[in-house]
Amino acid sequence: MHALVQGVILGVLTGGVYALMASGQTLIFGIMKVVNLAQGAMVIMGAYLAYQLFVSFGLDPFLAIPITTVVMFGLGVAVQLLFLRPLRRDDKSELSLLVTFAVALLLEGIMSVTWSTTYRSINTSYANSSWTVLGYQITAVRVWAFALSLLALGLLFLLLNRTRFGRAVRATVQNPESARLLGIESDRVAALGFGLGAATAAAAGSVYGLLYPFYSGSHYDLISRLLSIVVLGGLGSVGGAVVAGVIVATSSAVVAATVSPAWSEMTFFAVLILVLLVRPQGLFGTVGRGAI
Amino acid sequence: MSALLGVDAVTKVFGGVRAVDGCSLEVAEGSVTALVGPNGSGKTTLFNIITGYLGADGGRVTFAGRDVTGRDPGRLYRDGLSRTFQQARVFPQLSVLENLVVAAGYGWTRLFTPRVGRADRERADELLDEFRLAPVADLLAAELSYGQRKLLEFAAVLMSSPRLVLLDEPTAGVNPVMIETMERHIRSRNAAGITFLIVEHDMTFVMRLCDPVIVLDAGRQIFSGRPDEVQNNPLVLDAYLGG
Amino acid sequence: MSRAGVARGGGFFLLLLALPFFGLAHWVVNLLVFVLMFAIMASAWNLVGGFAGYPSLGHAAFFGIGAYSMALMFHGAALSSGYEPFVALPLIGLVGAVIGWPIAIISMRTRADVFAIVTITFLFMIQTLAFNVRSLTGGSQGLSLPVAPFPAASYERPFYLVLVAMLAVAMLLTFGAMRSKIGLSLVAVRADEDKARGIGVRVSGVKVLAFSVSVGLTAMVGGVWAYYETFIYPQFAVDPLITIAVVLMTFLGGRATLWGPVLGAVILEAGQQTLAYRLGGSQFYLIAYALVFLVIMLLLPRGILPTLEERIRLRRRARVANAPDTPGAARTADAGRVALAPGGRS
Repeated sequence: MHALVQGVILGVLTGGVYALMASGQTLIFGIMKVVNLAQGAMVIMGAYLAYQLFVSFGLDPFLAIPITTVVMFGLGVAVQLLFLRPLRRDDKSELSLLVTFAVALLLEGIMSVTWSTTYRSINTSYANSSWTVLGYQITAVRVWAFALSLLALGLLFLLLNRTRFGRAVRATVQNPESARLLGIESDRVAALGFGLGAATAAAAGSVYGLLYPFYSGSHYDLISRLLSIVVLGGLGSVGGAVVAGVIVATSSAVVAATVSPAWSEMTFFAVLILVLLVRPQGLFGTVGRGAI
Repeated sequence: MSALLGVDAVTKVFGGVRAVDGCSLEVAEGSVTALVGPNGSGKTTLFNIITGYLGADGGRVTFAGRDVTGRDPGRLYRDGLSRTFQQARVFPQLSVLENLVVAAGYGWTRLFTPRVGRADRERADELLDEFRLAPVADLLAAELSYGQRKLLEFAAVLMSSPRLVLLDEPTAGVNPVMIETMERHIRSRNAAGITFLIVEHDMTFVMRLCDPVIVLDAGRQIFSGRPDEVQNNPLVLDAYLGG
Repeated sequence: MSRAGVARGGGFFLLLLALPFFGLAHWVVNLLVFVLMFAIMASAWNLVGGFAGYPSLGHAAFFGIGAYSMALMFHGAALSSGYEPFVALPLIGLVGAVIGWPIAIISMRTRADVFAIVTITFLFMIQTLAFNVRSLTGGSQGLSLPVAPFPAASYERPFYLVLVAMLAVAMLLTFGAMRSKIGLSLVAVRADEDKARGIGVRVSGVKVLAFSVSVGLTAMVGGVWAYYETFIYPQFAVDPLITIAVVLMTFLGGRATLWGPVLGAVILEAGQQTLAYRLGGSQFYLIAYALVFLVIMLLLPRGILPTLEERIRLRRRARVANAPDTPGAARTADAGRVALAPGGRS
């Protein structure tokens, strides 16, 4: 029982971070109908940037976020403009999958060359401090990570609901055709949206770097988790991604705590298969039986 | 005449909007029935429900005396219920001939037979001749004009020897000569025993060809009767002129 | 198949069969072994990714499943002739197909996006299992297989010949699919799946069939690879780069064509070995590979063969149109048809 509760606490706290990573991915899908397989690599890139700022300038990873998000926003926009926009319309969804896969490998290669392939971790002064509440151990850094993820999600929420850009994004997500008719420049929204997705990856990357040791190949692990989360939440639904992030991270942490860490990886795939069997459109998705 | 197709209190809700609202109607065997109504009256949604592309939120669809509600579109097709689409959906990468063959509704075992076998060729040739598509039989469907594609789609769904064919706006976007051609084909096929249910906006086409005419408004049937009765019906006028 | 087609296929395979008897250097035969492995896998991927339009990103998982199946079957066994593992290959193909079956049924119900997500997630799951289920896979320590008792001078030859046979099988299956209603159905699925389902095409059936055959072949290649390498590690047996290589080869040569994947494999595997040689084992290799991929996707999204065929078709058209007495639409149509048919009736 103790292990179970400990797992739930850990899972919920981790879930916040996953929710942040997945929200960027599902946002990109919502706007462009592109499954971004490079999202995991972008998170790791964000983690490396935070690591480098910490090592070189002693900058706290939390404080590095304003810098890394701006850099990654630029990178995201560049990827969209260079590699995704030129694709031909008729087989765009198929090609874009492969292109983002290639971008993931490109980023992996760049990271491997720059930082080699040994594990890195960001060792802040508070990395090892923890509290004990009612016999359960709660590490400070996870609480901070959770809080920061909530803050970032809150900002994202405000951006989507309170700004002109946000309205354009939501209109595009709901109906690209009529959004175009309303004079929304879908190309610009797509580029900015991809940038925004990359920026959330950067913010999540800082947090990820604080929580776990990572290396250039860590993105494979991440992307499979993110994909099960966005499918569970419903492709394109940011709210769904948040809820699904918490659910999946919690169940995985519980499995890790009660069964074995090796099998917790399986949880993601099991969740994915289960969703597809029971509710293919995800918790909050609205994809019916094929488009007619 | 008995009812070949029955729609009984079918309802479909899209995010709070009742696109089809307790709709009931019947299509008599051997008829050319028109389904008309203002934009958004639920005609295409109803088509999608009847042909199994959409699940209904309530109600029943019967075909040839059997309950077929929510049945897989492919199975309905093989059972004799064919449809065409508003936008003339043919397979652009397949030749005209292959577009016909692929629509023959073949079973598992025939998957392992030649792409276009002799029997397929003979069957298709009849339709190619009838629809005057023989000269373009080996062209890719992508190379056809829009009107020809509509003809091709119509011809293709006849490959399975259907009992009922649902046509979704057969004359939309098609030139007047092609409209006449389409009308001729529907007549001759109807004479050969196929029942038609046609969604159409061209009222002169409907008046010439169809009997009875069913009028849909706000997702339910408001009128069913002879074409000459439609024009004078106050309910119908209301629906069209913004009641 | 036209006479030219038979000649082309026969000539190609005769050449392949004859090659190892020309006294080629070991490194050349070794390179050819890898070219063949990738040609088979690209042809296999093409069945589902090319014809059906469902881009699987998880084929490397089935390569790994094949490799580990072979390793588990012969780990610690003593070989007499050395051909026993080859005899086991059909069984390994069956294992791959049987594992692929439910995955195809579940993941192909919805859309290509979801299919890609499921297959890539499956890949990472198998990768994790290969590392973590140590009792079975030996974890990162890897698994060893017995070394084949073939004479050193022609050690690669049996592997090579088995792979040639497998390529013949893969290409015959592809050809058979193209010439049967399976191919017709797959093209329809790729073009407009909803419409295809609505006209009674056995949509789920052909998709699942294509996927199972495809991953079965891929698993068999994994089996040959494991035996050839005699020692397998999880990072090489279940490597996302295998997926990307296979996809890239198919795209480069031309999706949904008979020869495209083979052509792509020849070009890229040779290029890859050169890159690996030039850049060493360093990670620049990954960058170069990803860049090549991106450039091909952007500049030649349809692949070499379809692009060439389009050129030829347009030129023929122009010639027919310019001829003094145009023989009418039918002949033009024929020219177009022959050029565009994916090996269909040419």
